[in-house]
Amino acid sequence: MTKRMFLFCVILGLTVGWISSQAKPAKVIAIKGAKIIPVVGDDIEGGTVLIRDGKIEAVGKDVAIPSGAEIVDAKGLCAYPGMIDGYSFLGLQEISGVPATVDNRETGRINPQVRAIEALRYDSMHIPIARSNGITAALVAPTGGLISGQSTLIKLDGWTNREMVIKSQAAMQIEFPGIRGGRGGFGGRGGAVAADATRLIAELKELFKNARYYQQRKEFAAKNLTAAYPEFQETLEFILPVVRGEMPVMISVHADKDIKAAIQFVKDESLKAVFFGVEQGWKVADELKKSNIPVIISSLYDMPPVWDDGYDSLFRNPGVLNKAGVKIAFSSVSASVAKDLPYHAAKAAAFGLDKKEALKAVTIYPAEIFGVDKIMGSLEKGKVANIVLADGDILETRTNVKKVYIDGQETDMSNRYLELLEKFKKRG
Amino acid sequence: MNTIIKNLLISAFVLAFVALPAFSAGGSILIKNGTILTVTKGVMVKGDILVINGVIKQIGENIPVPEGIKVIDASGKYVIPGIIDSHTHIALAGTNEGSEAITPEADVGEVVNADDVSILTALSGGVTMVHTMHGSANPIGGPNVVLKMKWGKPSEDLIVHEALRTLKFALGENVKQSSRTITVGGPPPRYPQTRMGTNAIIRREMLKARAYLEEWDRFNKLKASKTPPKNLIPPRKDLRMEVLSDLLRGKIVARCHDYQATEALEFLGLAKEFGFKVQALEHAWEAYKIADELAAAKVGISVFADSWAYKMEAAEGIAYDAGYCAKKGVLVSINSDSGERIRRLFNEASKSMKYGGLTENEALSLITINPAIQLGVEKIVGSLEVGKQGDIAVFNEHPMSAYTRCEMTIIEGDVYFDRGQYLKDREEAVKKAQVPKKGGRP
Repeated sequence: MTKRMFLFCVILGLTVGWISSQAKPAKVIAIKGAKIIPVVGDDIEGGTVLIRDGKIEAVGKDVAIPSGAEIVDAKGLCAYPGMIDGYSFLGLQEISGVPATVDNRETGRINPQVRAIEALRYDSMHIPIARSNGITAALVAPTGGLISGQSTLIKLDGWTNREMVIKSQAAMQIEFPGIRGGRGGFGGRGGAVAADATRLIAELKELFKNARYYQQRKEFAAKNLTAAYPEFQETLEFILPVVRGEMPVMISVHADKDIKAAIQFVKDESLKAVFFGVEQGWKVADELKKSNIPVIISSLYDMPPVWDDGYDSLFRNPGVLNKAGVKIAFSSVSASVAKDLPYHAAKAAAFGLDKKEALKAVTIYPAEIFGVDKIMGSLEKGKVANIVLADGDILETRTNVKKVYIDGQETDMSNRYLELLEKFKKRG
Repeated sequence: MNTIIKNLLISAFVLAFVALPAFSAGGSILIKNGTILTVTKGVMVKGDILVINGVIKQIGENIPVPEGIKVIDASGKYVIPGIIDSHTHIALAGTNEGSEAITPEADVGEVVNADDVSILTALSGGVTMVHTMHGSANPIGGPNVVLKMKWGKPSEDLIVHEALRTLKFALGENVKQSSRTITVGGPPPRYPQTRMGTNAIIRREMLKARAYLEEWDRFNKLKASKTPPKNLIPPRKDLRMEVLSDLLRGKIVARCHDYQATEALEFLGLAKEFGFKVQALEHAWEAYKIADELAAAKVGISVFADSWAYKMEAAEGIAYDAGYCAKKGVLVSINSDSGERIRRLFNEASKSMKYGGLTENEALSLITINPAIQLGVEKIVGSLEVGKQGDIAVFNEHPMSAYTRCEMTIIEGDVYFDRGQYLKDREEAVKKAQVPKKGGRP
């Protein structure tokens, strides 16, 4: 390196450092007087959360507030960690009935190559509505077919899709058939359409075997320059991270026997797995517990998959799984009702799930399931400051969320609802 | 699952719902020590309700127990009027006669299906009465029907004859078939395909009905005259026109499916032009934009809490719609339009507290007294008052709490849903199924 270049680099380095320090001065915020519900550990009445540079520096009753800190008076409010949605179409689905606005379902059955992050509409009208109800992160998943594509874990704030990334390629989405043809909705009731994932599991095993073989051939060709180089195969190429155990799979699975088959499949293939849906999980709770596979509960705005499961089977399922020791998290699924995430948790609590566990299942449990519990999911020192200030129990419908911080930044509480309301209020 | 368990569970479930005598002219029951949310007459923190032969006889403290009566202990629980769903399509053998645009003769009241399990679903969510409607495929659909959720009774026993006669109208995307793909060789597009055409076709039918009425009036006048013509022939009877004539005569009221403000206002314009009554607009996702007009015209709305953005015309359906309109003086109800949402109408209504700032009682009104008024049955149901029918739901926590759960649903003093019994039966069924068979493995 020449002296000149060295000098250039030093100046560049200093400039960059100067610019970034100018852009983000060390910011200290003290949220004072709130009832703190850290989720992990006991609640703290009249406590303080101290935020420095986007991270939680201290949580407690007697936290010394440094001079110059921005003080947020939160007396009468409750401070919660931001909620995390375990499965959502946020940013991929704007108006579900208008195909031009829907990007969550690729054509074809086997699509490991598609990535939710690459289509994520960062300024979806549904995101600020969910965020202003206290949801600060979501797993956004593609759907349809057998392998739907790669989901992404995002925070619900950012000026571009990439700014929202927590994990750009969070999991490979695999879907086994539902217990019936259609789901819920218009007069939806449980017709017993048989679900059977056996054939699909065989198909996946074949694919995974081919992917491993493809990998071996590539490795062999790299070492033996005269050996034939394997022809590029898109599907196998994108399954590789899964068979290598680098990328977890999230398997949508619903019926009890399919859940059992999926547990065996995960074991056989040594996969890192999360299950989604699991409507008949209560029938195989012990098997699920033994497998150590966590479960994302699908939206509870649905009918029991078959009538003889009992009218309340979806509502009590989370409680049964939780009691059996299965790690659960809730999800809202449809983008247009993403704000309702906490109400699914409350509904399960009405049918047997412990209230504190219900709260954990929208905060720390999803964080653990997605492997981000070191940085989010509770109000603890060192975690990013995703904080919700609300005037009551965050799982209650009537509770109003007053402020939402993501990475220590207060977020914009305006949203499509309010914009339209304010506009037409002007009529008088 | 083991077939025995399965069968036992099925029977357990059905048993829990049908705890009825074979014949009953309205039951008698005393509900004790609950927090009574009357909706219209305030809250009684610890009170009793006495229902005799299907009718509320007394509401008060420490009502003496009449001999032989069924007593329900509601200590720590909330007692509310049975929930009323102002717009749904359950318990019907058919919903939409979509082959033609104008089908006022297609009456859903003639195809009531009392065996629809959606009735059980409704009961499990505290719903005792529904307005089950013709679908929204046609500008003029057909007459709707009001039912009580009396599971186990024949269809004719479900029909509430005291209710207003209502006729379904529909506007917007469903009617103009926006989601329909026109295929080569398939059926040609049906008129109308625009909102202009939708209004025009309704106006056409109303003009026809007016002419039909005049023709009959002329005939009747001649017939009643002192010297009727010798060969007086009556006009031809037209079943479509008969229904629309009743609308023009005020014997039937309109319930109109709409989403956008413009189509809503134009429909109100048609109602004014022809002098028929619009009882409520269905869905009305842009009602908040025209709340003053609706209040002035005394037109109610029956809406979702927040199910929106599923089609273009629902893209501005904000969750404040119900609460905002209610505060502007519009008569608002929250409906299900679904055999699934029907069991959580209380959850949906509670959202109007957050979005719109309604009080607990105002929110509860959206699924009790308000729909009762919309259906013209407020004198018999919709609140807990002496003299009204004993349609009652019991909840473990306040019905506007997200943590609440329906414990019991009672219609005219008869218990149609009892969660306690359901749990007992379920436990029993599982226990029985666990008894090992002789010689077999457990």
